[in-house]
Amino acid sequence: MSSPLNLFSKPGTRNGRFIQAAVLSAAVFVSLGAGDPATRFNEIGHQMMCICGCNQILLECNHVGCPASDGMRNELMASVERSDSDSLVEQGFVQKYGPTVLAAPTNKGFDRAAYVIPFAALLFGFGLIVLVIRAWKNRPAPALADGLRPVRGAELEQFRDQARKETDL
Amino acid sequence: MAEIGSFALLLALALSVYSFLAGIVALLFQNRTSSQLAGGTAGRSASGQQSSLITTLRQGSERIGETARRAGIATFGAVLLASVVLVICAFRDDFSVAYILHHSNRDLPAPYKFAVLWSGQEGSLLFWSLLLAAYGFVLRLRYKTDARLFAYASVVLSGVQIFFLLLLNFAAHPFAIVQGTIPADGNGLNPLLQYPEMVIHPPMLYLGYVGFTIPFAFALGALIMKYPGEKWIHITRRWTMVTWAFLTCGVFLGAHWAYSVLGWGGYWGWDPVENASLMPWLTGTAFLHSVMMQEKRGMLKMWNMWLVFATFWLAILGTFLTRSGIISSVHAFAQSSIGDWFAWFLAITLIVFLFFFFKNKSHLRSEHKLESLVSRESSFLFNNLLFVLLCFTVLWGTWFPKISELVQGNKVTVGAPFYNRVAIPVALLLLILTAVGPLLAWRKTSLESLKRNFMWPTIGAIVVAIFLMITPQSWGSAFGLKPWQDIAYFYSLMAIALSVLVTLTVASEFFRGGRVISKHTGQGMFASMVQLTHRNTRRYGGYIVHFGVVVVIIGFAGAAFNLDKEQEMGYGDKMTIGPYTLICRSYTDDDAPNYASEWAVLDVYKGGKQIDTMTPVRRFYKASRQTSTMPDIRSSLNEDLYLVFEGLNQDNGHPILKAHLNALVMWIWMGVWIMLIGTVLALIPNAPAPVRVPASARIASHAEPVITGD
Repeated sequence: MSSPLNLFSKPGTRNGRFIQAAVLSAAVFVSLGAGDPATRFNEIGHQMMCICGCNQILLECNHVGCPASDGMRNELMASVERSDSDSLVEQGFVQKYGPTVLAAPTNKGFDRAAYVIPFAALLFGFGLIVLVIRAWKNRPAPALADGLRPVRGAELEQFRDQARKETDL
Repeated sequence: MAEIGSFALLLALALSVYSFLAGIVALLFQNRTSSQLAGGTAGRSASGQQSSLITTLRQGSERIGETARRAGIATFGAVLLASVVLVICAFRDDFSVAYILHHSNRDLPAPYKFAVLWSGQEGSLLFWSLLLAAYGFVLRLRYKTDARLFAYASVVLSGVQIFFLLLLNFAAHPFAIVQGTIPADGNGLNPLLQYPEMVIHPPMLYLGYVGFTIPFAFALGALIMKYPGEKWIHITRRWTMVTWAFLTCGVFLGAHWAYSVLGWGGYWGWDPVENASLMPWLTGTAFLHSVMMQEKRGMLKMWNMWLVFATFWLAILGTFLTRSGIISSVHAFAQSSIGDWFAWFLAITLIVFLFFFFKNKSHLRSEHKLESLVSRESSFLFNNLLFVLLCFTVLWGTWFPKISELVQGNKVTVGAPFYNRVAIPVALLLLILTAVGPLLAWRKTSLESLKRNFMWPTIGAIVVAIFLMITPQSWGSAFGLKPWQDIAYFYSLMAIALSVLVTLTVASEFFRGGRVISKHTGQGMFASMVQLTHRNTRRYGGYIVHFGVVVVIIGFAGAAFNLDKEQEMGYGDKMTIGPYTLICRSYTDDDAPNYASEWAVLDVYKGGKQIDTMTPVRRFYKASRQTSTMPDIRSSLNEDLYLVFEGLNQDNGHPILKAHLNALVMWIWMGVWIMLIGTVLALIPNAPAPVRVPASARIASHAEPVITGD
């Protein structure tokens, strides 16, 4: 059975072990704190909205006596202590409070468009600019008056140097 | 008193309508007589009688044009009178005026009574109209710069002014009278608005919003009259920069106000109203960059036209969002049915612009071709793409709840997590371009020079990034950064490293230029750099603005390290957050004419030593019967300790306090100051370059000493 690591080095060699150790360390770092209930509570709580109408993130709602946030926080803490998965916690909240309880669109169905469209626009924009640059580069040079010829090559570089020297501060 | 205000508004409307119609008539006649005169000189026979008729018509149209200009100037006087009357009504506690009744009260402090002018819907529309009239006043006084172009711009401006005055006279009248018994006291100003910055934040923001009408008016005017050359760009450059500075100020004052008043510990919540101010800022910034392409290379003319229009349109769209209630917002202070008016206005301006754009777009062809992908021109193209994309992302996120409702029948929330995911990568790309762009030459840059210019800044940025990763966390918020632990840390590290890259490229530009001047003049390096800046204020002022932006970005990057903690604090109770320990010394309440307040007194310790005493407050405003927090903030370069008095535990009367430790926030406010200093520098005219005369020429002519030209 091959692992992605085998693509870069032979198993058992010194380099291979070094890379394996590095990847393992990185994985440990990444997963550090991931299962900690306080960290999970903080992370998930920042992905939810308070539903009292304040339009604030659940853990940032600062109304004492808020009719919603205290109860929601307790529910979230209970879910985290039960070790419910993130998606299960989110589903529970959505079922109870509706989809607006999530602070951002999900990655499912039409909601996915929220994320796809801006990056699609970025790619489209890059493509468009490349096309524009190509079209501009290939544009014919403006017509010159009789007797004039375009300056090119070494002569052009000479003029460029001269211009740089003369305009240099 | 209210009758005077009402009359002034009606008069202003009549004057604006006259200025608009007479301006159009004058321009039409001038165009016709010009073409007839041109036709006559081109060989077509025109009798002497016809010729004198044309001349008479021309003179008549010029006189009509002049009356239109004066009517535009007089509009300012009428709107100013209406505004002054409203402010006087506020100071006189004239609660017979419905607007004053709803937005003021007797005990409201004087500065806030002045701010009543822009605290509600009718007043803020009047204020908008006043600023527009003031801009128009200045524009019409300076008409001699280019009488014809200014006449076109004046007509466009009058058109926009008519819209706002129609609103004020028929949809949102600020002088509406209260029916029945007049209450003894008013409802008071929204507590969130009772903060010193609210006296300057809205004027700044509105100066920015309204100000973009001026470049739009010139652009549309230039498009309609097929204005030759790029002079209109030169004329509007200062207007655009001043407007941009106001909008920058307004946006960040809003952020500072949110930070200091709303009490949730942050400065930007991606609320639709905040987004509405950001969108025109983004397109306006794109325009400030791309306009250089038009000035220097005669390129991107169509694009610039669209950017100017989009900026103006987005400023109006923002107001539409705020007023219509079509998108729910936490601080849409004034919602009503005037959204329909704005929707119509947006549609009409779009149609007018599209009509003239397609009619005259042949006039907007680029004059030059692009020579290389590695050039300043392409960097501007990519820069514009990213700015416009960021604007689109914000617009998309703002409208997505509505779109989702239409498509799938239910609303979704688009909050900070969405924008962090989508906008931050684009902003980082933009930061890379901020570093690269200024080092690229116009037309073509050799890879060799790019390598030469970039090597040291890149090495510097990498060294700083490694340093931030390997240093211990105890050194401060941004130290000991482990980017693999959290995507937020990764973004922060990237933002800081790229900020260092931009700073070093900016510094190298100053250094290289300063070195050349120093070599030629023998001055010290600092004096040379000052002289360098003075010789090309726009370029080096722009670099300072870039530096300000990176300082702001470093401030934003600090958000990844924020901490917060909430706790009930009785006498002597202790709370620890980061390196700070807070001990509750006391809690009490107080009573003032305008509000009652509850507050806590906390001693702040750091490293075992008391360093401060802080007093977060919660106020209850009597007139409006609303509460508001006044966080106490202890700022330092490294972090802000931000304390909020959230309320009292009803069972034991102990205060509940929330402490935030917000990293690097002060950098944001410092960065904004630097940006503004850079903008002011860029507005200063260039110092003349010294005239160089070859030595042989001087000897040969025995001339007088050569002095610097004017």
